Amino acid sequence: MNEHPVAAGPLFTPERRQELEALGRQYPTRQALLLPALWMAQRADGWVSPAAIDEIASELGLTPAYVRGVVTFYTMYHTHPVGRHFIQVCTTSPCLMCGSGDVVAALLEHTGCGELGATSSDGRFTVIETECLGACGFVTPILIDDDFIESVTPAMIPELLARYP
Amino acid sequence: MGYPHPSHPKETPLLSEHFGQAAARTYEGWTSRGGYQALRKALGMTPEAIVEEVKSSGLRGRGGAGFPTGMKWSFMPKEDGKPHYLCCNADESEPGTFKDREILRWTPHALIEGCAIACLGIRAETCYIFVRGEYTEPGRILEAAVREAYANGALGANAFGSGKRLDVVVHWGAGAYICGEETALMNAIEGKRGNPRVKPPFPAVSGLFGMPTTINNVETLAAVPHILNRGGAWYASLCLGSPKSTGTKLISVCGHVKRPGTYEITLGLPMRDLIYECAGGPLDGRTLKAVIPGGSSVPIMSMAEVDNCATDYEGIAAAGSLLGSGGMIVMDDSTDLVLQIWRLARFYAHESCAQCTNCREGTAWTTRVLERILRGEGTASDLDLLLDLADNMTGKTICVLSDSCAAPVVSGLAKFRDEFEAYLSGARSPVLVGG
Repeated sequence: MNEHPVAAGPLFTPERRQELEALGRQYPTRQALLLPALWMAQRADGWVSPAAIDEIASELGLTPAYVRGVVTFYTMYHTHPVGRHFIQVCTTSPCLMCGSGDVVAALLEHTGCGELGATSSDGRFTVIETECLGACGFVTPILIDDDFIESVTPAMIPELLARYP
Repeated sequence: MGYPHPSHPKETPLLSEHFGQAAARTYEGWTSRGGYQALRKALGMTPEAIVEEVKSSGLRGRGGAGFPTGMKWSFMPKEDGKPHYLCCNADESEPGTFKDREILRWTPHALIEGCAIACLGIRAETCYIFVRGEYTEPGRILEAAVREAYANGALGANAFGSGKRLDVVVHWGAGAYICGEETALMNAIEGKRGNPRVKPPFPAVSGLFGMPTTINNVETLAAVPHILNRGGAWYASLCLGSPKSTGTKLISVCGHVKRPGTYEITLGLPMRDLIYECAGGPLDGRTLKAVIPGGSSVPIMSMAEVDNCATDYEGIAAAGSLLGSGGMIVMDDSTDLVLQIWRLARFYAHESCAQCTNCREGTAWTTRVLERILRGEGTASDLDLLLDLADNMTGKTICVLSDSCAAPVVSGLAKFRDEFEAYLSGARSPVLVGG
């Protein structure tokens, strides 16, 4: 899931087209498949590439410009490749007031990313701060890829990162 | 129960009774705890009878607005020949709010059952549960529960052999706070940008896919099976304060308290009991300074206002704020309120969908003015400028995101003006925030 092939093949392999058609039976319009299709693309390639946008647009009967407009509205779709492991740290008020800044600093240091939004030179990590993750009683919550991790402290970070080679 | 803590005697665990029990997540675990009895009962009732039962409970929307649920359901047309839809709002993203997450990950079948009953009440066959993309763990648990509900015949073309079709579809969001706004959520499901729509038309007339639609919050729907099982009158009898605020409410308490967590109270419980007893009060050596009681979008309360406040819709409104989502942010004397209000403004600036000028410009401008105050570069007129901006952001846009940005600024300035002035005079050292 976190492997990012350099040259991805077509998004809609027979298996994925079948998956899309199965999802399609749950909605009265074809366009309702847009967010699910974008998730499929990101799961396949690690990001939503221009090629994937073209393919999805053609599959759903939309223009690439329309699809791009939707992609850029939603912050979780990556419009460029990111590190093999994507880390999101909550820094909204309840987390900020309980020490999330120290978690951000420790993550930037131990991943080698140096700054928010940057990818480490080995391509392993990208760290971003994100708005409220909805786990304010479990400061600091972070997402590493799809793993939601609660109550992270700076001391936990080296061991935590080691789980994501 | 005050998940992740044991239940406190002042709580009323109803929705939260099984939080923390992984066994309650499965179909079998749920039915052994009395699950799906309410749906079986509802399948034998008329839509009118279901709506009446919910009306009599006094249940109000638990997502923030507090609109009476039964009345909302009754707005749906009766014999229009169109497909009807139910949307469940599981886009919980209001800072301070983390209660729906516990329902999704501990009692997903309670939500599915509530969705199914609501569908019957509003004459819908399909419910779309919109889960925020970041809720990876709760969303996966919910998806597994939906599959199980189909496999056991609770959902599908012939729910429990009733001949009625009931479908529940989990639709993933992709990161946008604004999709918690009901019409933005519908646009997101339809494959569009999550811009809120101009109302009217209201969803009951033209909602999802242009069809009559009801949208309810996770907690609202999860309360419905209890109402069907034990009766609306019983639910309405759960009341410690205003008779207009009935039942239990999950309050997620975070910030500077000893035991942050999700507490379930009978509405009307004194806010002091909730904060000082259930959540354990301030950390040792600290005193509390302020509380944002209903998610970050509501006015900040001083501790003097908290003192005699009942935790219900009317009690908190009388104290000048709102129960909102029940996301309670508690701040002690170590808190720099100017910094926290700036961070909230930045949140709203980031999350503005940008279709209304007053919101797009106002949230960004508010953030920049607060930044320069924090950096020690503010001027005396900046406080009036903030209030002027707030006035232009309140009641002037399609949705209330802009109003939500103004609320902490206006209440913060009214109640804690000295903290802003300390930055202006240089009495407080500058904080280097922003670009």
